[in-house]
Amino acid sequence: MATKMLETALRRHGDVAILDLTGEIDGFADEVLNAAYAAAEQTAPRAILLNFKGVDYINSTGIALIVGLLAQARRAGRKLLTCHLGPHYTEIFQITRLADFMSLYPDEASALAQDS
Amino acid sequence: MSVWLNSLWKKLFGPPAGSAPADPAPAPPVEAGASPAILDLDIAPHDPLAAYFQSAPHPVEIDKLNFDSPALRQLKANGTRLVVPLVSQGELIGLINLGPRRSEQDYSADDRGLLSNLATQAAPAVRVAQLVRQQQLEAQERERMEQELRVARLIQQTLLPRELPQLAGWNLSAYYQPARAVGGDFYDFIRLEDGRLVLIIGDVTDKGVPAALVMATTRSILRSGAQRWASPGQVLQYANDMLVGDIPPKMFVTCLYALLDPASGNLVYANAGHDLPYRRHRDGVAEMRAIGMPLGLLPGMVYDEQTVQLEPGDSVLLYSDGLVEAHNPQREMFGFPRLQACLTQHPGGAGLVDYLLAERAGFVGPDWDQEDDTALVILQREAAADDGLRPLASFDWPSEPGNERLAMEKVAAVVRAAVDLPPARLERLKTAVAEATMNAMEHGHKYQPELTVHFEVRASATRLAVQITDHGGQPMPRAQTPDLDAKLAGQQSPRGWGLFLIEKMVDELNVTTDGQHHTVELVMHIPEAAHGHQDA
Repeated sequence: MATKMLETALRRHGDVAILDLTGEIDGFADEVLNAAYAAAEQTAPRAILLNFKGVDYINSTGIALIVGLLAQARRAGRKLLTCHLGPHYTEIFQITRLADFMSLYPDEASALAQDS
Repeated sequence: MSVWLNSLWKKLFGPPAGSAPADPAPAPPVEAGASPAILDLDIAPHDPLAAYFQSAPHPVEIDKLNFDSPALRQLKANGTRLVVPLVSQGELIGLINLGPRRSEQDYSADDRGLLSNLATQAAPAVRVAQLVRQQQLEAQERERMEQELRVARLIQQTLLPRELPQLAGWNLSAYYQPARAVGGDFYDFIRLEDGRLVLIIGDVTDKGVPAALVMATTRSILRSGAQRWASPGQVLQYANDMLVGDIPPKMFVTCLYALLDPASGNLVYANAGHDLPYRRHRDGVAEMRAIGMPLGLLPGMVYDEQTVQLEPGDSVLLYSDGLVEAHNPQREMFGFPRLQACLTQHPGGAGLVDYLLAERAGFVGPDWDQEDDTALVILQREAAADDGLRPLASFDWPSEPGNERLAMEKVAAVVRAAVDLPPARLERLKTAVAEATMNAMEHGHKYQPELTVHFEVRASATRLAVQITDHGGQPMPRAQTPDLDAKLAGQQSPRGWGLFLIEKMVDELNVTTDGQHHTVELVMHIPEAAHGHQDA
C-alpha cells in the first residue's frame, strides 16, 4: 500500500501540548492518532494544538477521527487548536463546521501567541 | 412381340438409355427355341454398338455383327436375333429386341418393314415419355432440396436474436443474410444478470439442415456455458468438450466469444478459429487476436483469452467469412486488407453495415451469386456526449483500502495535463474523487480487490467531468446531513461525511444506477481564461 502511515510527535509549550502530525489522516490513522491524543492528554494540558504541517491528505474518515478527538476534548473541558491546515483543508473544516469548535491558526507561533 | 415391348417400356421408365448404371445381372442361359428372358441391357457410351445403332436406325440382325462389344455379347447370349434401334433427334433412346420367331423362320422383309415403321413412330413417343419422367424426377429432387432449405432457414431464423439488446452508451447492430444453400452462420447476444453482455458470432462448416442442427446445438451449449463461467476461454473450452464427441465427422464450428462490461468498456474475448474481429480506435484499425482451435475438432483444447478496453467512439466488428470470401468475376477475393481499409474509411457504428455491404456489392459486381452466408455484428461505444466532452482518460482501480488516494492523484495528473483548472478547484475535485472512490470501493464492492472501480475523465472547454463507476448496482444509502453538534454530543456517528463533502466540493453531482452499476459523475466548471486563476 502506497499510503503513508501517520506519524506523530508530542511536544510541550507552556500549558499547551503540541501534536506534530506527519502523513495521511484516513482510516489507517485511527490507532496512531488516538494513541497520540491519549498521550497528549496524559500531560494534562490546558489546550492541545494539532499541527497539520506534515499532513498532505485528510479524507472523510479522517474528519470523523478529528470529530472524535474534538468530542473527547470538549468532555474534558480542554481546548483543541489547529495550525498549518492549508487553504483547502481550512475550507473543509469550515464546511464541516469543525472550525466553529476549534480555532484554526495559520502557524504554530500565531496559535501559541493568540491562545493564551 | 408384346413381351419385348414390355421389356422396352420397363427400360424407358428406368434411367435414360446410355446413362444408367450397369446392371451386372448375368443373362440367364437360353434354351434352344425358348423365348429369351427380359434383358436389362446397358450400353456403355464408349461401346461401339451404341455408335452402330445410332448410325443405323433400322432393324439389325445381331448374328451378322462381329466386333468387340460387351453389349453385343450380352445380346447374343440372351438369344436376341433382331434389334430395332429407337433413335430420336439423332440420339439412341432405346431398343426393340426380338428373339427367334416361333416358326423358327427368319424375319421377312415385311416384318422388318413393319418394325421399321413401328420404331419410327414409337421413338418420338418414347422420347417424350422419357423427358416427362425425367422432369418429374428432377421436380421431386428440387422440391426435396427446397424443403430442406426451408427447414434449415427456419432453424436458423428461429434461433437468431429477434431483437438487439439495448445498452445505454452503446450501439449494437447485426446483419444476417443466408446464401441460397444456407450455411451455418450464427450470432447471439446473452445478457448476464450482472449487466454484462456476451456477444457471439460463429460459423458451422457444411450447409443445409446438418449445419443448422449443429448451429442450434452449439448455440445452446454456449448459452448454458455463459451462465456458468465468466471467462470466455472457459466457455469455449466447455463448448469444445461438449461438441467433440457428438459432432458429425468432418464438421466443426468456428466461434468468437466476447464478454462486454458496458460500464467500463472492458471487452474480454476468446476465439475458436474464427475470423479475427477488428477494433476501430481513433489511432487506427487493428485485429483482435486470440488463439484457439475450432470447436468439435479435438478434445481437451484450451483457449487464449484477451482483453481490450473500448473507449468512447471505438467500434468492434465481428463477421463471418461470407464477407471476406466473396469473389468478383475475376475470381479475386474481397479479402482482409480490403475489409481493414473499409474500416479505416468509415467512422463505425450502425452505418458500417450498409457501408460494408455496398463496398462488397461494388466489388463483386451485379451478377454475383452469394457464395456463403453473411453475418455481421457491430458494437460501438458512443462517442462523447453532445456537450462536446472529449475523453481524457479511462482506467480501472482495484478495490483496496487506501487506493482512493492513488486514484485521486491519477485523476489530478490527467486534469493538470489537459485542463486549465485553478489549483484550489483542483484540490476540491481531488477530495470529491477520493470520497466517491471510497464509496465505490466500500459500499459498491465491499473492498473486494478483484472488483475494479472504473474512471472516465472527460472535458470540454467549459466543463470537466469525472465518472466513477462501481458494480454494486445499489444506490448509496443517503446519509443524513451530518450535524456536528449531534456528533459531538454522541447522538450521531462521527462518520458520514463522504457524500456531504462531495456535494460541497463540486459544481454538479450526477448519480445514476442501472441495477448493476452505480455511477457518480463529478462535474467542475472551468472558468474562462479571462477570469484568470481565481479561486472559486
